[in-house]
Amino acid sequence: MAKRKSDVGTLYKGSPGQWSWLLHRITGVAVILFLFAHVVDTAVVGWGPEAYNRVISVYHNWFVQLLELGLVAAVLYHAINGVKIMLFDFWPASARRMKPIALASSLIFVAAMIPITILMGKSILESAGVI
Amino acid sequence: MAVQAPERPVPPSQGGFQGLRGRERPMGGFELWSWLFMRISGLVLLVLAVGHVLIMHVLDGGVERVNFGFVATRWQSPFWRTWDWALLVLALIHGINGLRVIVQDYVKWPGVRFAVDMAFFVIGFGLFVLGTVVVFTFDASQWPGTT
Repeated sequence: MAKRKSDVGTLYKGSPGQWSWLLHRITGVAVILFLFAHVVDTAVVGWGPEAYNRVISVYHNWFVQLLELGLVAAVLYHAINGVKIMLFDFWPASARRMKPIALASSLIFVAAMIPITILMGKSILESAGVI
Repeated sequence: MAVQAPERPVPPSQGGFQGLRGRERPMGGFELWSWLFMRISGLVLLVLAVGHVLIMHVLDGGVERVNFGFVATRWQSPFWRTWDWALLVLALIHGINGLRVIVQDYVKWPGVRFAVDMAFFVIGFGLFVLGTVVVFTFDASQWPGTT
């Protein structure tokens, strides 16, 4: 006898928002953990040019710049998905269009990441000595 | 002929919605204020954090051009000092409150939960003090010729 789709489906699929919920958490945690380090590295500016320029030179390493691209993506995803959450919260009727709105917010994120990846990618390749 | 299973309403906790009442939200007290703060600070951070990231990390050469002289010139403007300080404060509170919400989900033992929350709170407060002192006391004239 065939399994009923509704029973199996809900078990594995969860809710349609589960992936954006998970990504919202992961990007949020990533950004706050980076912020902990970033406040400290920026504070070194109070100890003068020699100390600060030595610390900031870490960001000129190509691998760190690759992580930096990930950081920008995390901030942007968290921001755009946050707007989507607020839309559903403060304009409940929009929740009836949950799927197209979720798709639209993903598309906005991807569209924004294209020029950002090109700009930062150029800088990464330069730091790595490829171009 | 396929039998269509009757559609069951998805509870709000699983991403469903009930009529026009919208998503689940806290009923009141501290958690409601926390819920509201995350949304209001989120809107402000949409400008402050996304703007910061685009200006400092993406446009005009990104972080490649950032050095002591860059910061010294930038912080001659009270506008950028205020922006950076507001970003520091809101991002710390928003982020650490976010960690608190996540800890509620994954750390069930009250003692450990309290300890983890306190650790994040202490780190956040320490960084708030450090960042505030540096943003408002930084004086590039201590190092002549750097701007």
